[in-house]
Amino acid sequence: MKSADQLADEASHLFKDLLPRKDALKPKDRSGIPAQEMRVQDPQVRRGNMNEVAIGYTEEQARVEAMRCLQCKNAPCVQGCPVRIRIPEFVKAMADGDYGRAISVIRENSLLPAVCGRVCPQEVQCQEPCTMGKILKNVDHAVSIGRLERFAADREREQAGKKAPAVKAATGKKVAVIGSGPASITAAADIRREGHAVTMYEAFHKPGGVLMYGIPEFRLPKKIVELEIDNLKAMGVEVITNFVVGRTRKLQDLLEKDGFDAVFVGTGAGLPKFMNVAGENLVGVFSANEFLTRSNLMRAFDRDHADTPIVRAKRVAVLGGGNVAMDSARTAVRLGADEVHLVYRRTEAEMPARVEEARNAKEEGVIFHMLENCKRIIGNDQGRVVGMECLRYELGAPDESGRRRPVEIKGSEFMMDVDAVIVAIGNESNPLIKKTTPAIQTNKYGNIIVDEATGRTSVDRVYAGGDIVLGAATVILAMGEGRRAAEAINKLLAQ
Amino acid sequence: MISRERKPGQFIILQLNSNFGERIPLTIADADPGEGSITLIFQTVGKTTHNLAAMRVGDSIQNLLGPLGTPTHIEKYGTVVCVGGGIGVAPMHPIAKGMKEAGNRVICIVGARNKSLVILEDLIRKIADEIIICTDDGSYGRKALVTEPLKEVCMRTPKPDLAVAIGPPIMMKFCAETTRPFQVRTMVSLNTIMIDGTGMCGGCRVTVGGETRFVCVDGPEFDGHKVDFDNMMKRLGAYKNDEKAAHDKCHLEMAVKEKSV
Repeated sequence: MKSADQLADEASHLFKDLLPRKDALKPKDRSGIPAQEMRVQDPQVRRGNMNEVAIGYTEEQARVEAMRCLQCKNAPCVQGCPVRIRIPEFVKAMADGDYGRAISVIRENSLLPAVCGRVCPQEVQCQEPCTMGKILKNVDHAVSIGRLERFAADREREQAGKKAPAVKAATGKKVAVIGSGPASITAAADIRREGHAVTMYEAFHKPGGVLMYGIPEFRLPKKIVELEIDNLKAMGVEVITNFVVGRTRKLQDLLEKDGFDAVFVGTGAGLPKFMNVAGENLVGVFSANEFLTRSNLMRAFDRDHADTPIVRAKRVAVLGGGNVAMDSARTAVRLGADEVHLVYRRTEAEMPARVEEARNAKEEGVIFHMLENCKRIIGNDQGRVVGMECLRYELGAPDESGRRRPVEIKGSEFMMDVDAVIVAIGNESNPLIKKTTPAIQTNKYGNIIVDEATGRTSVDRVYAGGDIVLGAATVILAMGEGRRAAEAINKLLAQ
Repeated sequence: MISRERKPGQFIILQLNSNFGERIPLTIADADPGEGSITLIFQTVGKTTHNLAAMRVGDSIQNLLGPLGTPTHIEKYGTVVCVGGGIGVAPMHPIAKGMKEAGNRVICIVGARNKSLVILEDLIRKIADEIIICTDDGSYGRKALVTEPLKEVCMRTPKPDLAVAIGPPIMMKFCAETTRPFQVRTMVSLNTIMIDGTGMCGGCRVTVGGETRFVCVDGPEFDGHKVDFDNMMKRLGAYKNDEKAAHDKCHLEMAVKEKSV
């Protein structure tokens, strides 16, 4: 692995060579430019800190990477982007060094580029169909659109200072936005822009939703999320924390008694799934939500200052293979565990986690156990976890998700010596709104049922979007949902 | 807002400091919607409650969330025996009051370690058809554990239609064991370790009738005959060492503060 300085130096030389002929580059020249790697903290160093792992491109790296873009007429990348950012235009501006233009092109479609540039799974979205990746027969060598997006957003934040988007004259209408995660942030901004008053309600003491409590600092610095919220406030959005709609105030009361003209529900997928195995309620077994919230939102990683403690485990097992499992495993490493074992019942090929996150986890010493699963958790007489009985699996025929179904191997039980178990097998929709608003229709998973084109729910003037509709998905999809519902709400209020 | 919406059995979560404070659940003892106030009654047992006790009139709690939890199901059962142990009398009071208002005959059993720890006696007297006070050391009322009068009440004819027991986990466990042979349905109100209080983390989970339930949204009240108290008590002790260290440090800080005043 090349060091951050080495990558910067190499890009610097390349850039000097390329700059004079940047507009004369032939496709063959462009495909010959080496893909620029992300500069990262050394794995041995970052194991011991919470700082962001990816340091970011240097300016020269960013421009060199942008020069790799072939400016395809059919722009397959745009088709791969859930919010249809005009990618070739912004990448061209990056190659030209016009970062202001680059970020304004991105902002036409995306409200949270600094977040999406970091946490979007670009390898299965915009970068997956990239022609450059196809030519080089490796999706890892596609143009790094996400890293360029991140660079443009960070540059804007650090240098120009972001200006709050313009807001139209007050309409006298008001909208309540429930939740403060990516779907709600997007909806709030889009509705506020049209001149409607917006009040955002968050149950926790800090806004940001999953961006604050779920995704760790080392993947998404909280400063960035706080700035996005500040931006909303600068636009005039009122942000109310410690307010759980359904309990502090019923959703219907917001409409009928408090004078809101419409409501957007973006309460997310905040109900942890458990395995339903014996021993799951022992001391030392956590949902990933609890483990990550303790560390991120409650800052338990800062043991000298935080009042919220977190387990001091030596040998941790994380069950699951998604990004949340990776976040949990890597947090456990940073909290000082001697060994962290990631246990997943399929193989790495089926793992839903981003390849980059799995690689980061391995580099940091997380031990992967594929085709294994927890059968039961074993405790001592104080009710604390002392071990886990596992089973081995093999892959059978594909199931309805298209992935090969894991089949347990009879009699393959074996013991794993662990003192903490983190269950990261997914989340379901938060049931509080459903529970306290019986009129709202949900499907069998508890997701709110909406009209696909508008995000409208079964209750008049109530719209929903994000994970509460999709089930646990991604930041960018949530953003797209927030945007769609905002458009419908704006249309409704214009009538 | 909380004072208007809250119902008996519900609780709040408070945090004294947004950056590093812990979030603790406390049951709402009373509320005055006219004034917009809620009453919380707590005992100083650790760092946050000590710091809370040190606050003066006019100080503010940075974060207060609620009302949380499913309200108590109040209806006319007939005779309801309410047992409150120690600080558990505080959450018991609004439930007993609600039961009385619903037309029940209400018997209250109030227990404490000693006379000075008996709380809300006047308020309970106002609503209870019968009140039995007991202390561990006999300094007030009967010298007995609450389970003793509870058993006697269960032996009466007719037996009570419902029991409500709120207090330390061990007391609730033995209350449930006391009423079990008499088949008197017994509701207990659990106070487990919580973070969000909205069903998001699952840290508060308990085993009830073999199933995992979340105290914050499914509770805090459950059928005492089905709760796995032993597992719950072990989970409550999960951070005992950290809590003790924070508590000791807090006492040192308080002592230093007192000296310097």
